[in-house]
Amino acid sequence: MSKVHLDHAHLHHLLRQMIRIRHFEAKCVELYQAQKILGFLHLYDGEEAVSVGVMEALGPEDAVVATYREHGQAIARGIGMDRLMAEMLGKREGCCRGRGGSMHIFDRAARFYGGNAIVGGGLPLAVGIALGDKMQGRPAITACFFGEGAVDEGEFHESMNLASLWRLPVLFVCENNLYSMGMALERAEAETELVRKAAGYRMAAAAVDGMDAVAVEVAARAALERIHGGEGPQFLECRTYRFRAHSMYDAQLYRTKDEVEAWRKKGPIGRFHEWLRESGLIHDEEVRAIEAEADAEIEAAVGFAEAGSLEPVSELERFVTMERVPS
Amino acid sequence: MTALAYREACRQGLREALLRDPKVFLMGEDIGRYGGCYAVTKGLIEEFGEERIRDTPLSESAYVGAGIGAALVGMRPIVEIMTVNFSLLALDQIVNNAATIPYMSGGQFAVPLVIRIATGGGRRVAAQHSHSLEGWYAHIPGLRVVAPAVVEDARFMLAAALADPNPVLIFEHVMLYNIEAELDPAVSEVDIAHAKLRREGRDVTLIGCGNGLVKALAAAEILASQGISAEVVDLRVLRPLDTATILKSVAKTRRAVIVDEGWRSGSLSAEIGMRIAEEAFFDLDAPLRRVCGAEVPMPYAPHLEDAALPQPAAIAAAARGLVQPAKGAQ
Repeated sequence: MSKVHLDHAHLHHLLRQMIRIRHFEAKCVELYQAQKILGFLHLYDGEEAVSVGVMEALGPEDAVVATYREHGQAIARGIGMDRLMAEMLGKREGCCRGRGGSMHIFDRAARFYGGNAIVGGGLPLAVGIALGDKMQGRPAITACFFGEGAVDEGEFHESMNLASLWRLPVLFVCENNLYSMGMALERAEAETELVRKAAGYRMAAAAVDGMDAVAVEVAARAALERIHGGEGPQFLECRTYRFRAHSMYDAQLYRTKDEVEAWRKKGPIGRFHEWLRESGLIHDEEVRAIEAEADAEIEAAVGFAEAGSLEPVSELERFVTMERVPS
Repeated sequence: MTALAYREACRQGLREALLRDPKVFLMGEDIGRYGGCYAVTKGLIEEFGEERIRDTPLSESAYVGAGIGAALVGMRPIVEIMTVNFSLLALDQIVNNAATIPYMSGGQFAVPLVIRIATGGGRRVAAQHSHSLEGWYAHIPGLRVVAPAVVEDARFMLAAALADPNPVLIFEHVMLYNIEAELDPAVSEVDIAHAKLRREGRDVTLIGCGNGLVKALAAAEILASQGISAEVVDLRVLRPLDTATILKSVAKTRRAVIVDEGWRSGSLSAEIGMRIAEEAFFDLDAPLRRVCGAEVPMPYAPHLEDAALPQPAAIAAAARGLVQPAKGAQ
């Protein structure tokens, strides 16, 4: 189960998933500029390998707790672009009927427990989801995504401790993109080697090149295997970088253009594509075909979203409280 | 028939819930081996084991959030927070997650979580263990907030809370744990939707919850001795407010005094008063009055704490002022 099948089909699949995310978000930027997507729009550009790698390692029985930068996490988890795009456009056909938007994607079928926009706020939820699954005898693991900014929060430390203390099946996935908004990691944390945080909770930890989908998948599979083997929760730091602004606009005064360019050269899609090509594992026309297929899927999703309906205002208060527990 | 203490009623409710549904489990600080800060959970760990009676570290945010997560995947957690001031450490989870996830997810998920919180003043434990912040929680859409003020509610509100698909906060006033009452053997359940008349009267309505109800009932006794007939409404449910029961009583007595241990400014009493003003202005024969907690961090010294809390004499004086404006204190 821990083996990554580095065959032709799987490698193409990893590239395809990253391209789907990248192109989906490029379309989101267009729609944002056209004022069809409103509010905040946090792009995953540069970080695609993290969720693609981790999600490949998860099974359908597993659960995911996501961040507010979660378009990539949602797509990699298998949530349909049509319902995702409809949500971005605030439509009734969106996965949350237009109540969540970009930062709050939920999908019951995918066991996707939300884009959480309170940094660190998802970690206690992940602990509870893992606890609930374990108490009900489900062999599921909860993958909890968060940025390195969450490490600043008390909820990170409380949750790491509780998960380890109760030996709960949680994979803590830290997407370390070096900045929490504009705050550089070394300006926020006394200890910047994040894997060392886990040691304080007697939790096994590993750091991986988050710009390499294969490396992330290998590391995630190894961590999941340790959890299944009864070794308790695991901490996986994925070292990555956000190529674009924190949200749609920021002056990026906190980092240099040279730094961004240097990271771009290590970009998860470009570098992987290059490696595949040099290894003779992919031809340019195959890449073009993947891109065309992704673009067609995105166009269809936009069409679905544009054709969608608006939730009637008479439904404004629906779901504030629930009439029953959905099953 | 023997009298049952409020504390024991809470414990029986918990025990019954644990026996009835294997998905129910408890989490909280010192609820297990210690037996509960207020001894409500005493003996449960011996009967149900550490899996279902979970002592937690002092991590309010993590264990309340864990309760939300477990509720999301089918469990029925009951989380205890020692005192309402500590609940502020879990406010993010309660307000940003428990109250929002059903809505944000477009109804894909419910959070059937029960949180029990000890609240209120009177135990000489000063400014970080004595406040009544339940009015804050009553501000939050998505939460149901209840305050058992009588032993019957202490015994049966929990089952109703567990049957609710939404997060329910149960506020147990610390001065009530030792009160005793005989339960009506014909009653085996209560609702968590309605306020309730605890005393009928003609001249003025006293509205309160938790220990405020006890104070209001004491005030009604004082008033009766002075020839004033006070009706007493136990709010029971702080959110959503049962405005109909309040308005019905006010329409009858045409005067109202609202008792609230919380601070007056921006309080639940303000909300109740405004609802009466909006809905029953022309029923009123006198201005609305409030008796609230003094706007101070709770002091330690007994005479100061007593002065900071609504007391029966002050409630009676306020009511008297409405019924006999010439003679009463304003």
